[in-house]
Amino acid sequence: MTGRPRAVARAASRHPGFLLGAVLVALVTLAALVSVVWTPHPPLAIDIAARLQGPGASHWFGTDHFGRDTLSMIMAGARNALAVGLAAVGLGLAAGVPLGLVAAVRRGIAEDVVMRLTDLTFAFPAVLTAVLIAALAGPGGINAIIAVGIFNIAVFARIARGASLQVMARPFVKAAAAIGKGPWRIAGQHVLPNIAGIVVVQATVQFAVAILAEAGLSYLGLGVQPPNPSWGRMLNEAQTYMFIAPGQAIFPGAAIAVAVLGLNLLGDGLRDLLDPRLRVWRMG
Amino acid sequence: MLSFLARRILGLLLTLVAVSLVVFLVLEVLPGDVAQVMLGTEAREDTLAALRRQLGLDRPAHVRYLAWVGGLLSGDLGTSHTYGVPVAGLIAERLAVTAPLAVLAFLLSTLIAIPLGMLAASRRGGFGDYGVMAFSQAGLAIPNFWFAILLILLFSVWLGWAPAGGFPGWGQGVAAALGALLLPALALALTEAAILARITRSAVLETLGEDYVRTARAKGLRPRSVMWRHVLRNALIPVATVMGLQFAFLLAGAVIIENVFTLPGLGRLVLQAIFQRDVIVVKDAVVVLAGMVVFVNFIVDLLCAVIDPRPKELA
Repeated sequence: MTGRPRAVARAASRHPGFLLGAVLVALVTLAALVSVVWTPHPPLAIDIAARLQGPGASHWFGTDHFGRDTLSMIMAGARNALAVGLAAVGLGLAAGVPLGLVAAVRRGIAEDVVMRLTDLTFAFPAVLTAVLIAALAGPGGINAIIAVGIFNIAVFARIARGASLQVMARPFVKAAAAIGKGPWRIAGQHVLPNIAGIVVVQATVQFAVAILAEAGLSYLGLGVQPPNPSWGRMLNEAQTYMFIAPGQAIFPGAAIAVAVLGLNLLGDGLRDLLDPRLRVWRMG
Repeated sequence: MLSFLARRILGLLLTLVAVSLVVFLVLEVLPGDVAQVMLGTEAREDTLAALRRQLGLDRPAHVRYLAWVGGLLSGDLGTSHTYGVPVAGLIAERLAVTAPLAVLAFLLSTLIAIPLGMLAASRRGGFGDYGVMAFSQAGLAIPNFWFAILLILLFSVWLGWAPAGGFPGWGQGVAAALGALLLPALALALTEAAILARITRSAVLETLGEDYVRTARAKGLRPRSVMWRHVLRNALIPVATVMGLQFAFLLAGAVIIENVFTLPGLGRLVLQAIFQRDVIVVKDAVVVLAGMVVFVNFIVDLLCAVIDPRPKELA
């Protein structure tokens, strides 16, 4: 590792926010990965005799109204939260970045069409899109991904267009055009690598937004369906028993907050390390 | 200014038409047979035929769309399949909860965020700045519906100061109704206040570095006068833009928060209508919510143009 990557790595090791974010994200990812092969109890195992227990030696975070182990369900729920987040951000990146790039390179009608479509998308916050999709195809995890993903497409299209226009105004792009490179070659060889930083930072933020949106949709019953564990639905169920077992309403929410805080700190840290002048959108 | 206004009004109308087209396509055209969606696959053919006739589904899609838009403009939104009452009345009744909830949350978030953002900017790098940024990180990470549940835990379950949800209605007095909306509005305001505090901080910091602020200081203006007359007015442009966008999320967030506090608002109506397969109510309520989002953004655009001292062609 030499030059700039080395300098960035050294700065990263001295950035407390970035380090804390990385640790929190690693913790959630580890919980999700470990849950594939091991959880303290089977996450879906019902034990009515042990229902609504408080935190204790055999159930560290207590049990829910079916006697299921809360810690095991939170670990399995992490898998679902990360999967939905990854898929929704992947969808946004795969469709939004090319759209933004095309808008910036072609300008004119292509740019107008992309911008008006993003305007239209922003008229429907993810919850409303999810409501529309649920009315069309019923509630479910895939539909939640599509709802959050559609919103992400618009966010990434706007970010990619704005950043590409800035890069395209710089002298090295004009020089590349002067030596006869075509607009698409310039977009691929010069513009895309130069907007990658802001796109990565935005992807981290949108990942956090996607986890929040998925949890909200699951809370409403529009996300991942039972019996698959989901942090949002755990909170919904815990609310019913809040007067008897208030602790059950604490842990799943704390899991969401840890995951989102980690990603936000990571995103802020990356922005500081890559380019402190980058502007990041915070919408969701 | 007039051409600017005309352009924005034209943009508003086109977006509203596009929103209504999207909602109509998704809910009436893509599902194929709306009567089947509403009654389920087990429904008898004669019942389906009766519902199709009642909803006018035998007419071509473009005729139905125009009739629906005509109804929206004249206030006739059809009859709810579940409740058997006019949808316009149902939406108006629910808006009487959702709109004050969103406005209250908007006011709370502004009242919390702008002073915090200004405090952080004026104490850059100090204890106050770190405190505000920590609040902002926490506000962004805590889901509003979990914060709502924590508020219920604290104020209803442990302290017993407030009911765990419900709405007494405006007929029981403004104080009682606003009291029932206070915790939901606080829950709804948290995330938006966290974002707005950050935006205000960076906008004020950016403006403090401008030449005209230095000039104002060099002229001998008092720091307070510089802050209020020169810094805040210019810093408000990005802040107001974000506030407009946030109103959209407050309305969308109300869908979740109304369900946490069992408030009879528009968001709860939409969700109940989804599970009851009442397509008529879903279609009208979603278009009203999305229309409000578009309209609020239009108003914010105009406000930004008024605040922005630059000529409108440059703004």
